[in-house]
Amino acid sequence: MGMSGMDSDLIVRPEGEVKIETSGLGLFYGEFQALRDVSVTIAARRITALIGPSGCSKTSFLRCLNRMNDLISGARVVGEVLLDGRDIYHEATDVAVLRKRVGMVFQTPNPFPMSIYDNVAYGPRLHGRCSRSQLDEIVEKSLRAAALWEEVKDTLRKSALDLSGGQQQRLSIARVLAVEPEVLLRDEPCSALDPTATFRIEELMIELMTRYTIVIVTHNMYQASRVSHYAGFFLLGELVEYGPTEQIFENPKDQRTDDYVRGRFG
Amino acid sequence: MRRTRQAFDEQMQELQLRLVEMGTFVESMLENAIRALAEQDVKLAREVIAADDTADDMDLAIEKQCMRLLALQQPMARDLRTIGTIMKVISDVERIGDYSVDIARTAIRLADTEYFKPLVDIPRMADIVRQMLRQALQALVNRNLDLVTHVIECDDAVDRLWYGLLDELEGIMQKRPEVVPQAIALLLVARYLERIADHTVNIAERIAYMETGRLETLAPSHRADYQRPERAEGGRASD
Repeated sequence: MGMSGMDSDLIVRPEGEVKIETSGLGLFYGEFQALRDVSVTIAARRITALIGPSGCSKTSFLRCLNRMNDLISGARVVGEVLLDGRDIYHEATDVAVLRKRVGMVFQTPNPFPMSIYDNVAYGPRLHGRCSRSQLDEIVEKSLRAAALWEEVKDTLRKSALDLSGGQQQRLSIARVLAVEPEVLLRDEPCSALDPTATFRIEELMIELMTRYTIVIVTHNMYQASRVSHYAGFFLLGELVEYGPTEQIFENPKDQRTDDYVRGRFG
Repeated sequence: MRRTRQAFDEQMQELQLRLVEMGTFVESMLENAIRALAEQDVKLAREVIAADDTADDMDLAIEKQCMRLLALQQPMARDLRTIGTIMKVISDVERIGDYSVDIARTAIRLADTEYFKPLVDIPRMADIVRQMLRQALQALVNRNLDLVTHVIECDDAVDRLWYGLLDELEGIMQKRPEVVPQAIALLLVARYLERIADHTVNIAERIAYMETGRLETLAPSHRADYQRPERAEGGRASD
């Protein structure tokens, strides 16, 4: 098994409890190898940010963590992804349960064309039978956790499509939180949001971090440096450097990381 | 992106040049202050005092430029360390200007009195200290860590001269009370030079940080457990 990256200075193992660990992770789309030998440890209840230029496969890596790549025909994964020490690519893994435990919030919020309430209730209804009062409770709890409740509590029956961009982002988070995940994967959580909405989402992430393990992919290095505890730099399908966020942004060890965070390429 | 970064790179270059310009200016203040003291030249001493306003203006202008780059360009990694370093270094350079003014004021005070001994160690200290400042700034521009090490080594020589002078002047003051005021004035000048050397060591340490990312005290004499060297034989410095 490829543990090559783990011993180097460039890939630092976080302190404390581990939530996810990959070793020798590779991803192929047909003949094309999108990820190479990624061995990394993701700390529990911390925010980990993945940065890198477009096409560096950081999103592909994120999608490996809850087997979203299974949905792409021709995609093939090698190596291991351990969630709480168990390989999620083992044949006995129930993928529906996995995606409930490891939820994904997408780049564009795309709420379902239904009411705010039904958007949040969608997941719990799918995953199990809940009574009306239980569902009400879950919806309120999730919207509160996503810092959206106060703004929508009187308009829960209105269409989710009427919400602002920032509100839709928070609704997407509420929708994922409603199924009580352990890990939140977020792809470009604040692209196309104004600074105030971005700030709210960032504050929310920091708040959620006390209960969830959060992994974000972002093009916004300033956001990565503000909110994350650990950061990883991907380039051409490889994890070049991974460590405490302050190391990556103040004193990166690899010249390519230094060039990228200084805006010299990408 | 590339065009913006090109402009940013040019601004970073300019920032470093302005720091070198300030450093060179302050070094000439120090050179003139020592010459004014040695040659008892009141006019030159006054020029040094007047020059301090210019040094202060340079300090503020560079700091403003640093703040603007931080706010508008959000520099990261080496760029961030470089700007952080420059902001610290200008304070050290500015203090060196202030000490030069102190030396110039002493020169004016002592201009009409005959020196009870020729000034040898003080100009020698000043030469080393000026060289340290020049090399520290060269280290910044050339990103040269060998020069950083050299600056830090030179600090030992300055410390030895300072302690030698301290012992010598103490001995003279005990034997010749009538020269005490002049001896105290010269002792203070030596102390200013020793402090200037410490500031150049600070500069060198910052440049090491800029290059390596490691922030640490490199000079032995700057550590808390440092002990002064043994007293010279008979309490005399070399001359």
